[in-house]
Amino acid sequence: MFEGWDAVVLARAQFAFTMSFHIVFPAFSIGLASYLAVLEALWLATKREVYINLFNYWLKIFAVAFGMGVVSGIVMSYQFGTNWSSFADKTGPVIGPMMAYEVLTAFFLEAGFLGVMLFGLSRVGPRLHFLATLMVAIGTLISAFWILSANSWMQTPTGHAVNADGQFVAADWLKVIFNPSFPYRLVHMVLAAYLTTSLVVGAVGAWHLLRDQHLAGPRVMFSMAMWMATLVAPIQILAGDQHGLNTLEHQPAKVMAMEGHYQSHKDGAPLILFGWPDQAEAKVKYAIEVPKLSSLILKHSLDAPLAGLDTVPRENWPPVPITFWSFRIMVGLGFLILGLGLLSLLMRWRGMMYQSPLLHRFAVLMGPAGFIAVLAGWITTETGRQPFTVYGLLRTTDSVSPLAAPAVGSSLIAFIIVYFAVFTAGVIYILRLMAQPPHPGEQGPPSDLPARAAGITPAAGAAVEGAR
Amino acid sequence: MSIPIDLTTIWAFIIAFAVFVYVVMDGFDLGLGILFPVFPQKADRDVIMNTVAPVWDGNETWLVLGGGGMMAAFPLAYAVLMPALYTPMIAMLLGLVFRGVAFEFRWRTQKARNKWDLAFAGGSLVATLAQGIALGAILQGIHVEGRQYAGGWWDWLTPFSVLTGIALVIGYALLGATWLVMKTEGELRDRAYHLSWILLVAMLCAIGAVSIATPFLAVQYTQRWFAWPNIILTAPVPIAVAAVTALLLRALSNKNDHQPFFLTLALFALSYAGLGISMYPYIVPQSITIWQAAAPANSQIFMLFGVSILVPLILGYTAWAYWVFRGKVRPGHGYH
Repeated sequence: MFEGWDAVVLARAQFAFTMSFHIVFPAFSIGLASYLAVLEALWLATKREVYINLFNYWLKIFAVAFGMGVVSGIVMSYQFGTNWSSFADKTGPVIGPMMAYEVLTAFFLEAGFLGVMLFGLSRVGPRLHFLATLMVAIGTLISAFWILSANSWMQTPTGHAVNADGQFVAADWLKVIFNPSFPYRLVHMVLAAYLTTSLVVGAVGAWHLLRDQHLAGPRVMFSMAMWMATLVAPIQILAGDQHGLNTLEHQPAKVMAMEGHYQSHKDGAPLILFGWPDQAEAKVKYAIEVPKLSSLILKHSLDAPLAGLDTVPRENWPPVPITFWSFRIMVGLGFLILGLGLLSLLMRWRGMMYQSPLLHRFAVLMGPAGFIAVLAGWITTETGRQPFTVYGLLRTTDSVSPLAAPAVGSSLIAFIIVYFAVFTAGVIYILRLMAQPPHPGEQGPPSDLPARAAGITPAAGAAVEGAR
Repeated sequence: MSIPIDLTTIWAFIIAFAVFVYVVMDGFDLGLGILFPVFPQKADRDVIMNTVAPVWDGNETWLVLGGGGMMAAFPLAYAVLMPALYTPMIAMLLGLVFRGVAFEFRWRTQKARNKWDLAFAGGSLVATLAQGIALGAILQGIHVEGRQYAGGWWDWLTPFSVLTGIALVIGYALLGATWLVMKTEGELRDRAYHLSWILLVAMLCAIGAVSIATPFLAVQYTQRWFAWPNIILTAPVPIAVAAVTALLLRALSNKNDHQPFFLTLALFALSYAGLGISMYPYIVPQSITIWQAAAPANSQIFMLFGVSILVPLILGYTAWAYWVFRGKVRPGHGYH
């Protein structure tokens, strides 16, 4: 059944598949956890009901998304052993401790306080409950810190040595953790998570405003989300540009693939806007280009020479078409998000924030944009690292487990079936929760009463659903 | 090996500890899933889910620490064991996916509730069977050449590994039943008592069968347990099992709600110690010792620093979370 497929291709497909599913949940929970902490803080500070109402509304969505993130994350953590055991053996002494620290400092914090966050308001009171929310939010950020550090080390490895068994060994932990691309990657990813969440929150707010402009909850969430998009989108574009320059310095072949530069340019490289990269012929067909712009962006000079993939040994080329196109999708969406932010600013200025169906429709359309951009960005950076797992040092073909193709193929099929069944259901439940505006049935406790009446639990949600 | 307690031995204990904490903590909530078919009433199932809903996430995190910690501290063992246990590991992961999402999904639907109940029960059963089978497969030894697994795709499946798989299902179910005795009231608790009796008898049979079979797997196990003078050190384990069993029987007869769960944990601890006695100092039995598999000292030291500060902290706030949700869970009254 899998003749013609080798175990490496199947293992890569499995990693790409399970990772693509997984990455959207952390991207959402990082942003949503922080948003929930902000909402609860605003409620504690102002005692305005709308904030606790929104908190309880998004908490239910958070719970479903978090559950899916946890289970798909457990799969990821074991996949290094099942499909990439050579990688695990060789990089374990470096990557392993970073992942262990992620578990110790982040996963336990999130999981330990999640129960109190979801179920505990009536048991511990508002202040201790806020502490739990804060711990979960901080946990998601610490998790991003470690996993991006580990990933960045695979992209720009520093601070290591190789021992007699062929294993990477840390020579200087600080250099391993704070490797050259890590700060850029961390900032880019966390901002992406915040943008992703703000687009979802904004889309849900806009969806309900399209039906009723006077709903208090949707107004507040829409306004907060649009502020986020307006302020963060330009910062993110700047951060992305800086990340790109860092990549040019440390992983030039990746940038050549992103730009579609098969050929070197002695005096000013053009920016290829669109085209069809042909890996076999080593050129971009049907290219639409702006002369000298690539040199201007990457080297800040119109006539700066720029090397192409013709300076890189053929066996070290990343797959250009995927990297080229995923990069364009990410950047394109980034500018659309910026456009949404600017439009909302204009409408806000004209006092039309809650009355503009155009803005609201645009916001609804942009709801999933963050997820797609995160996914595209991840594909860009990971395929751009190919054909290495540890850039320049360990090849992907030398990283796999000693497994036959049928074993990897069967498990791939099992993952596809299970993930589609489970995550389709999850997305349906989340959309169903989003289809309702925040309503009194899921309000939290009035601020002057004991917190006993909190109706934030899944059972309350089911009861509401059942009553309908 | 002039120093009896070196860094690697410490790490062997840390990983063993993480795996044990996982076994007892996720053990009882997997056990609840295994017991689901015995409780067909929706109201009972709601209560059962509510007894663990606030803590299951933390329970399962120990599995990530066990796996991640092993990759960090014993990368060679991790790299050899995971491909060797490929099928059971994949089955376990898929089982955990189903039961993990069931915690959130079953509340959100009327129509598909039965499907998620099935996913919870089936996922728990598959994950447990897979863990038990993996344990048996490790005990019976793994074929290694160089730094890689060199056995076949089906090596993990033997009568012995099936036996350990079934034994673990019974064991987790007993943990789940005694947990319900502690956390529920009325008729639900009475049925949990009844189940505990049956499962305890089954578990004793399972412990006996695995104990009898293990020494036949390898000469090393036989010598470890029965050769003089080892027997002086190993004999207390079966004696303690007998003593704990007697206490457990008494607690069940006296209808003490709390003791059965903790005594079952003690039974697990003793069985686990027995496994440790059989395997030490191998991490991949008969092939790789903990020292051969160990990561370089600087990786172990770097993590030891974190573990010694963070694990007590984690145990502290985990205990707090359990304390927050202490006491009996009542129908429609629990945490809601």
